[in-house]
Amino acid sequence: MTLVREPVTAHEDYLDAGYSLKSWLLTTDHKRIGLLYMASITFFFFVGGAAATIMRLELMTPRGDVLYTPDSYNRLFTLHGVIMVWFFLIPSIPAVLGNFLLPIMIGARDLAFPRLNLLSWYIYIVGGLLVLGVLIFGGVDTGWTFYVPFSSMFSNTNVIGAAVGVFIVGFSSILTGLNFIVTTHTMRCEGMTWERLPLFVWSMYATSLILVLATPVLAITLALLAAERIWGVGIFDPKLGGDPVLFQHLFWFYSHPAVYVMILPGFGVISEIVPCFSRRTIFGYKFMAGALLTIALVGFVVWGHHMFVSGQSMYAGMVFSLLSFIVAIPSGIKVFNWTATLYKGSIRFDTPMLYALGFIGLFTIGGLTGLVLASLGVNPHVHDTYFVVAHFHYIMVGGMVMAYLGGIHFWWPKLSGRMYPELWGKLAALTVFIGFNLTFFPQFVLGYLGMPRRVYEYAPEFQVLNVMSTAGASILAVGYVLPLAYLLLSLRYGSRATANPWRATGLEWQTESPPPTENFVEPPVVIEGPYAYSPEAAEEADHGHH
Amino acid sequence: MWNFPLFPERASTGAHDVDFVFFCVMLVILFFLGLILSLFVTFLIRYRRGTKVNRSEPPDTNLKIEVAWVVIPLIISILLYVLATSVFFRLYRAPGDAYVVNVVGKRWMFTLQHPEGKREINELHVPIGRPVQLQMISQDVIHSFFVPAFRTKQDLLPGRYTTLWFEPTKVGKYHLFCAEYCGTNHSRMAGSVYVMEPADYERWLEVGGSNITLAKQGEALFQARHCGGCHGPSQAVRAPLLDGVYGSQVPVLREGDKVPHFVAADQRYIRDSILEPKKEIVAGYEPLMPSYRDQLGEDDLLKLIAYIKSIGLGKEAAR
Ligand code: HEC
Ligand SMILES: [Cu+2]
Ligand SMILES: [Cu+2]
Repeated sequence: MTLVREPVTAHEDYLDAGYSLKSWLLTTDHKRIGLLYMASITFFFFVGGAAATIMRLELMTPRGDVLYTPDSYNRLFTLHGVIMVWFFLIPSIPAVLGNFLLPIMIGARDLAFPRLNLLSWYIYIVGGLLVLGVLIFGGVDTGWTFYVPFSSMFSNTNVIGAAVGVFIVGFSSILTGLNFIVTTHTMRCEGMTWERLPLFVWSMYATSLILVLATPVLAITLALLAAERIWGVGIFDPKLGGDPVLFQHLFWFYSHPAVYVMILPGFGVISEIVPCFSRRTIFGYKFMAGALLTIALVGFVVWGHHMFVSGQSMYAGMVFSLLSFIVAIPSGIKVFNWTATLYKGSIRFDTPMLYALGFIGLFTIGGLTGLVLASLGVNPHVHDTYFVVAHFHYIMVGGMVMAYLGGIHFWWPKLSGRMYPELWGKLAALTVFIGFNLTFFPQFVLGYLGMPRRVYEYAPEFQVLNVMSTAGASILAVGYVLPLAYLLLSLRYGSRATANPWRATGLEWQTESPPPTENFVEPPVVIEGPYAYSPEAAEEADHGHH
Repeated sequence: MWNFPLFPERASTGAHDVDFVFFCVMLVILFFLGLILSLFVTFLIRYRRGTKVNRSEPPDTNLKIEVAWVVIPLIISILLYVLATSVFFRLYRAPGDAYVVNVVGKRWMFTLQHPEGKREINELHVPIGRPVQLQMISQDVIHSFFVPAFRTKQDLLPGRYTTLWFEPTKVGKYHLFCAEYCGTNHSRMAGSVYVMEPADYERWLEVGGSNITLAKQGEALFQARHCGGCHGPSQAVRAPLLDGVYGSQVPVLREGDKVPHFVAADQRYIRDSILEPKKEIVAGYEPLMPSYRDQLGEDDLLKLIAYIKSIGLGKEAAR
């Protein structure tokens, strides 16, 4: 993407726009809000991760020992799930990278509603602190799925507190989604047609559609749950004339699309990194954008695949199974197109690219094992076992977290104005990859063997595989602490980044690192597609350097 | 320590079917994974920066290729779908002559009751080579009956019967787990399934436990709860006789109905007639029956149903 007008250099960047606490807490600059989100989700990530670590320690032996009671284990996995889903995964790429990059990538000065954007962050923080308080002081033992009638009539933990927190944070999702949709429609700069939108922007757009359409259903479901728990209004409990399966329908009507909120943004990041480090245009741009939208829409009609053994009718099961097979096709398109993007490229293996390659491999495994779960014949065996746990961690952690880390490394020079240490970056990426596979691969085997999920004690013959998984988790923990450490240190000791250290084509690279508060000194004009790279030119340029 | 299992035992006809589908899906998975990995490795090596290869005019798209990787996976998916669904049909529908065992789930145990009257907790003894159907309900939250060696599970719901069936093919002791999280001792809600030779099973049925069949226990309960006072021959109130009801089509009126419509008298119907008699009124009768919601447990209900079934219609009522 070329700029017709060159940016004027030596302009005050957004980080220098103010140093006081107030300048951060009352900022309406989308870039600063992105960083506020980054700090908050990092905090929540490590809280959720700590819970996972304790759980893995407990699961080293078949008997309960590390934690004194099964209830503490139950509270921990609830905390892990609730925090990771709503306070890390869902906001992760959209709220951090999306906030920071979306306006710059389309040549805008800010989001359409900057103050609403700040409000989103405050709502997120209020919801987050409430949930964290409830989960840590007291605890909730329903799992992140809040299944009734356990959550409505039987659990004597603070279910309402947690539900209110999740309810609140939902508004933050809705507002962010709304903001992104309006921004993409109305704020594109001259020449930025829909066919020239970077795929990252398309992914944010598709994600926002889901956030806006699905989150209200979650809010309604939680409100109904609260009405039943507090006032005994009979909605889900059969004793009051309700239907517990109805809750599952409502819950998954939101939560399945939410799964795509936790992966589409990852697709977006990978679609930026792969062309840049292969120095060529993305293969099948239109199919890539189309696949994002197809997934977002078809993702709304597959929710029943979580309920094949819940007492749903056989015919409903058949329809949901078929649709689940179909929703796999656009994901397949993406993987094939990324692979084809490597063809005739000029490939470099910098840290972001390592994460991107790791993402593609792990997401492919996660996605393909979804076929096992979508198969009606096999689902009754693997449902609610560690097979499912392994499957969705391959997508959420192997996929989304890898993409997030890849994105953070890729755009770190832009976000912070500093370079991260490349060698440490590669080392951490490798550690994450090895640790991840050691943690979660054995869980596929455990699941097929029949180990149910959410257990505090298990049959002795499952121990060896569980020990492997725990060993992997400790490696993974190191892999996550490393980037935290070196990225923070790079803020002080890292070398200064140039405007475009990767020689990338996106608009965000045509302005300074870090960008000025108004993003561009002069409004940019776009004259070509988003990935105007040339592998041959890259080869020659490199040759010239030697 | 190192001889831990990597694959579960197979002890039912269904287990063989499920594993077959699983292997087919795995084959597809390995095919695609292999394809992508080999392309990956080839491209990464061949086109890494600095190699002297032809990089001119990298294609930005190719309609034929795009269509191919929509259509080929779609065809493979549909084939898998048909295969998996046909197996599911078999897993879902129990054969008519299955041996019915009642299961009641409560925090944190499964109580099972055989038609001959024997009761067990967290253990299930079944004869080899005979289809067994579990008729299940929960007394509190949702549980799930899971036997990995049979490759199947089914949730137990409060307020509604669900069923699960299997035909054991191998003598032995197998794990039984609760697979749906149900609170504090969910992980301890587990036990064993014993598959026995038919002769051993007969002997097991005889030792200990009551020899009164479930239907007989239901009959006793029917008298003790004075159901017979209305439903018996010497009626105090005009109420339908229950002989021949089970398995028939009953004309009922729901609230607001002008004309009756027919419903199948199955476990669901009998259960609702006892707990919520006002919901479906048998045409031609007054809604005089009291609700037994707070007086009968799930175990009692299953006994009453077994009794009403035993005096009902059809081959199912043979016992
Ligand atoms: C006070 C009298 C009375 C008592 C006691 C009573 N019933 Fe009923 N029952 C009725 C009447 C009247 C009907 C028909 C109207 C209706 O459907 O509610 C009926 C209907 C039924 C039906 C549906 C019959 C059909 O033809 O479809 C079943 C099953 C049943 N009762 C079972 C029981 C059982 C089991 C008990 C004991 C736990 C019991 N009843 C106790 C009066 C009674
Ligand atoms: Cu889903
Ligand atoms: Cu349970």
